[in-house]
Amino acid sequence: MDVIIDAWPKILDSFLLTLKLAVYSAVGSLLLGTVLAVFRVSPVPVLRFIGAAAVNTIRNTPLTLVMFFSLFGLSYQLGIVFDDEFIYKNVFWLAVLALTVYTSTFVCEVLRSGINTVDVGQAEAARAIGLTFTQNLRSVILPQAFRAVIAPMGSVLIALTKNTTVAVTIGVVTAEGVNEASGQMKSMMELNGDIVPLIFLVFAVGFMCLTLPMGLLTTWAARKWGVVR
Amino acid sequence: MSTSVLYDAPGPRARAVNLIATLLGVALLAWIAWVVYSKFDDTGQWEKEKWKPFLEADVWNNFLLPGIAGTLRAFALATVLALAFGLVFGVGRMAQSAWIRWLSGFWVEFFRSIPLLLLMFFLYYVQQPLGLEASIYWAVVLGLMLYNGSVLAEVIRAGVNSLPRGQREAALAVGLTQSQVMRSILLPQAIRAMLPAIIAQLVVLLKDTALGYILAYDELLNQVNKVGQLNNNLIPTAIVVALIYIAMNSSLSSFATWLEKFMGRRGHTAGPVGHADQLMPGGTAAAVPGAGVGQGGAV
Repeated sequence: MDVIIDAWPKILDSFLLTLKLAVYSAVGSLLLGTVLAVFRVSPVPVLRFIGAAAVNTIRNTPLTLVMFFSLFGLSYQLGIVFDDEFIYKNVFWLAVLALTVYTSTFVCEVLRSGINTVDVGQAEAARAIGLTFTQNLRSVILPQAFRAVIAPMGSVLIALTKNTTVAVTIGVVTAEGVNEASGQMKSMMELNGDIVPLIFLVFAVGFMCLTLPMGLLTTWAARKWGVVR
Repeated sequence: MSTSVLYDAPGPRARAVNLIATLLGVALLAWIAWVVYSKFDDTGQWEKEKWKPFLEADVWNNFLLPGIAGTLRAFALATVLALAFGLVFGVGRMAQSAWIRWLSGFWVEFFRSIPLLLLMFFLYYVQQPLGLEASIYWAVVLGLMLYNGSVLAEVIRAGVNSLPRGQREAALAVGLTQSQVMRSILLPQAIRAMLPAIIAQLVVLLKDTALGYILAYDELLNQVNKVGQLNNNLIPTAIVVALIYIAMNSSLSSFATWLEKFMGRRGHTAGPVGHADQLMPGGTAAAVPGAGVGQGGAV
């Protein structure tokens, strides 16, 4: 128990880092995923191709490999550096980039299934009054599609929160050198072999504190704003 | 809704807009290709020596094929165990006894709500204090089993719930016991109906074997470091390995898609063939079609 109490500030820091990874990646992947979904339903074949190719490639690649690529490929080879001065900041943003790109493909597919739930008559009526494709999407289809997929989108964001643990692949740390949750748990387990189950329980409960409210919130939001058909 | 209803047949103005969008799209593709090409060129990634090893048998025999074997070994055992786990706990959640229902529900929800990587770390570090010889293989396999088995339990439960009530009632009416009804009437139909969703989850399982890299399990992704260090070609190796993963995963997913279409045509189940997301109450355990995102799944 003493070990947990002594390490408490570090545990909080590590969960804060996990939360930061999750929030930035969530915003990024919702935006990028929407763009991809628009690409995939657009009247332009080239854009449809870009959308489909990106989704099918990235979705079938393990996140660990995407993470690996973002550090060794993007940063070391392609020279994409977010912060010249501090390595830890650069690695953090690379992890956010990897999580964003990976999650956006799932956001895209969820949104596309949402577009499929919108009644055909809605799109036909929008076309009949002379709306263009972008107007149609912006003011008729997408608002309804988003409301139809609140619950599955919540699942994707919960998965994203859990996936932040994979950032340990490239060693994401805070300014003080504290790892995100999974790295922090690993180093604590390495040092304290006698209380491994206790350490696991602390971190498992920590993740539940993040994911369970998200599940409840999206269920509530889906009930409040969801489109009933 | 088919997406073609989103836009009309293009008139002169829409054709112009589409042309501009096409050009922008092509420009985007060309720009990405150029950046990748020139940066790789600057750092010498296109040099022949970096790619030549993949045309020779050595790299394949010594690294890549054993790596694929390692990945498939974990995948095969974890699949069998996860299916068994999912069946036991899925049925457990529908048991007559409230105790069994509660207990199965607790474990299924627990394993689904924590990251798989934490589970694997725990399973690895807990072995030595228990007096076992620490095995990475078992940590990876058991982690995959517990997480994916829990998702499969939900899939199976959703499948049973999607069957018409008359199936169960008729079976009880002809005098079958509760367990006979489950075993010979409900489960066969539910599993058949949920087969596409089950295979989609197996794609997730296959992808998650790559988490073994973090624990230094000798699977495919780990070969990137080995081959990369040996031939000084980390990036080419990573690209080849990525292609292998994409080939394995997309063939499994297209099998799921094909199976869904095939079964939709045959239609020999009472329940709808479909994905967990359409069938699970409240959509909390939504699965993306063909992707198998569990509740906080391995997206």
